[in-house]
This record gives sequence, structure tokens and C-alpha cells, in this order.
Amino acid sequence: MGAMPGTSSDHSTTLAAGIGLHLQDLAVSYGARTILRDLSLDIPAGRTTCLLGPSGIGKSTLLRRVAGLVDGPGGIIADDGRPLGGRIALMGQGDGLLPWLSALDNVLLGARMRQERPDRDRAQAMLARVGLPDIGAARPATLSGGMRQRVALARTLMEDRPLVLMDEPFSAVDALTRLRLQDLAAEMLAGRTVLMVTHDPWEAIRISHVITVMTGDPATIRRTLNPAGDTPRAIDTDAARDLWRELMHALGQGT
Amino acid sequence: MNRLVTGIVTAAVLLGLWQAYVSISGIEAFLLPGPVAVMVTLFERFDLIMHHLGITALEIVLGLLIGTLLGVTSAILIHTIPVARRIGLPLLVISQAIPVFALAPLLVLWLGYDLWSKVAMAVLIIFFPVTTAFLDGLRRTDPGMMDLASIMAATRSPLRRTISLLIHIRIPAALPALASGLRVATGVAPIGAVVGEWVGSSAGLGFLMLHANGRMQIDLLFAALFVLSLFSVLLWLSVDALLRRALPWQPDSFAK
Repeated sequence: MGAMPGTSSDHSTTLAAGIGLHLQDLAVSYGARTILRDLSLDIPAGRTTCLLGPSGIGKSTLLRRVAGLVDGPGGIIADDGRPLGGRIALMGQGDGLLPWLSALDNVLLGARMRQERPDRDRAQAMLARVGLPDIGAARPATLSGGMRQRVALARTLMEDRPLVLMDEPFSAVDALTRLRLQDLAAEMLAGRTVLMVTHDPWEAIRISHVITVMTGDPATIRRTLNPAGDTPRAIDTDAARDLWRELMHALGQGT
Repeated sequence: MNRLVTGIVTAAVLLGLWQAYVSISGIEAFLLPGPVAVMVTLFERFDLIMHHLGITALEIVLGLLIGTLLGVTSAILIHTIPVARRIGLPLLVISQAIPVFALAPLLVLWLGYDLWSKVAMAVLIIFFPVTTAFLDGLRRTDPGMMDLASIMAATRSPLRRTISLLIHIRIPAALPALASGLRVATGVAPIGAVVGEWVGSSAGLGFLMLHANGRMQIDLLFAALFVLSLFSVLLWLSVDALLRRALPWQPDSFAK
């Protein structure tokens, strides 16, 4: 799996230390429909937390609330007390690559949005780290789905934020590519605080330190599990299968 | 090459039928001249027709440039500024609801017999397709892209963030929609210019056709019409090719 993640001395991949989050009594409504109500959750620093729940339950809404993309009552407090603005990187459903920009320019999008001087060497290094050293000039349409997701991962890493929000980032690729991308993400994002939304129990088992199961309408936290061991976790073990049964049971209780 | 052959054969068959009808029926030349007579007139009066084409072409191209500039600006304002939306959207619809043909005499009265009343006609006729197409594009930006870019620009002031999102995400994403609007605009712009020339002018292909019609020079009318059509097709093909080259990332089933 290459160099030890998080301890690399490579100047091109400076690591932003994770921050812990306390979500207190969050609520989100779209018009008359209440999606989330009185939702409280602690997200530990430097770990990967998975929000697991059926489609349409409000996981993405919770992610958007944390990102500040939707408003609502309740508080989101970082454990260092500073505001979250500018400390978040987002990786959404689908790759979200801009079709008119080259892969390299997509990785540099953050600098473009902030009118900063683009660091092309560092962007190129990021592409190399996700295993795509030669596709900088290619447009997204010429890349495979798995390659596009890797470019999106490089763009997320380029932002170098302590908090990374991921909304089912690998749901659009085939099973084998998904496994590889999960490995890559677990390696690259080690040490950061990652909040990831998924409907796939196996994905949660593979890459999370904390698994939070959401069920019901409006959604509530059903269970929080802290499975042992390092990530990415092997899924062909008895422990993983036990965990899967436990998660399925927790998911089933809500319906 | 194959397409060219198909086109030539189609044109030859249609022209052959036309010539055959004229020859067999013996219809008077001042009612319907044959294609051979039209071509002869086209070569005999070539300088005259080209002189008038130059003026009409200038009107069309100026109308396209000014109309595109106005349409693009309006679409961005209507999309970005709420007040502009409330005022601009009804005005936009009205601009299309009023028949430009009814406005032509007024424009000639206000702007004079020369170029600018025809440019204004062309601008009026293309303003709506350009503005609505671009506005549609600006409204349909992928929410995922907007979320991503908003978070990247989170530390900037709201105004700067809005401008960055507009320049780096919304406008480029709307360019294919604008291109569709420009293709429609290029197709209809000649109508504006020629109608303007009919209502009041001293030059241009529209003027030449009206003049020829009045003098029973139907062969000259057909020759001018042929040149106008050819120019319009070539203009559209050029704009289409230009737009395709400008947006190489846009999927295109016509591309090889």
C-alpha cells in the first residue's frame, strides 16, 4: 500500500490535523417537511465517522447542514472553538468534475475559486499520489468513472482541510473499483476528521472508525458502533460479518 | 465527401424539375424564370448583387454581435439580481410578443433609412432566443458543482463568492445553452435585416428584391434570393463550426 499514510514528509502533501465536532440539536426543514429534528452527535477528531442509513433518510441533508450549505436551528461546534468556514473539503455524489477543465485544472479549482496563485506542481503531485501521474491534460469526459473519482479525491486532498465531508463518493463506480477507491481514500485521509455518508453497510465496515446508524422519519441516531482495528478493514473476516449483522439489525429496527 | 455528393444530386434534381416545368409549360419569364435564366442574370449583375449583399451582410453581422452582447448581459443580470429579474423577465417576454414586423416602420422613422434601423431589427429578433437560452443555462447549473465550489470559496465575502461562482461555474456551464441560442439567432437574424430593408431603405438585398419585383425583373429577384439563402447557410455553418470549436468538451453526436 506504499508509504505510511499521514506520516509522509513529502512537502507536497502537508497534513491538516483533524478537528472534533459536536453537533447539538440540529434541525433542518424544507418547507413544511421536517428532515432532521433534535439531532445531536459527537464526531471524534482525526477519525472516519460513517453515517449509515437507508436512502432518503436525511444523511445528505445532515452533511449539507454541517457544510453550511443549508440553514437551521442547532449548533455545530468545533472542539477548538473556531468557526468551520474554510476548514471543510467536500466530496459529493458523483465526481463533480467540471467538464470544460482539464484534470489538473479541476484539482486546482479551489485556488481558482479563491483567486489564489495555482500551485501546479503540488496539483500534479496529488494526481500522482492517487495513481494518475499522466492524465493532467485530459478532460474528464475522456477518463473512466474510476479515474474521475480519483481525480475528485486528488481535488479533495489538494484542499488540505482538517474536516472532509463525503457524500456517497464511490456509489457510481463498479464493485472492484469501489474497493480500490476505499483503500485509497482510507490511506490518503488518515489523520483527518472524515464524516462520510453511505447506504452501504460494507462500505461503512471497510473504512470507518465510528459507524452511526440513522433511521426513522425525522431521522434519529439509532446506534453508534466503534469497531476495533485499523482501516481499510478486511471484509472477509468473522468480525466483519458479525458487524454487518449488527448493522443490518440496527437498520431494520427503524422500519 | 459523400454528404457533398448527396447535396449536389438533390439540388440538381430539384433544379432540373424546375427547369423542366418552365420549359414545358412555357410560363412567362416575368412570372417564373427558369434556373438557367436566374444563373445568367446572377453572373450578368454579379457586381450589383454583391454590392447589396455586402450591406445586408454587415447589417446581419452587426445585429448578431450587438444582439448577442445585449442578450448575454441581460441574461446574467436577470439571473443574478432579483430586481432585474422582476423587471426584466416581463420585458423579455414582451420583446418577443410584439411583432418586430409591426415595429419596422417605427424603427425606420426613428433610426433612419440607412444601416442602423436594420441592425436594430436584427437585434430585436435575436434578443429573445439568445437571452432565454443563456438564462435557461444559467438556471440549470448542477447543484453538486455549486455546493463544491461554494465550500471552496467559503472564506470569501458573499459578493466575491457570488462573482467567483458566476465566472468559474455558472457561466461556463451555461455556454452550451448559449450556443443553442446563437444557432437559432444566426438562423433568424437575416429575416430581421431583410424585413427592415423592405420597410424602408436604399440598399441591401431586401431593397434589391423589392425593387426588382416592382420592375418585373423576377430573374434578378430570384438571383438576389439565391445569394441571400447561400449567404445565410454559409453564415450558419460558420457559426456552428466556430461554436463547436469553442466548446470542445461538449458532447456532440455530429462530431466525428
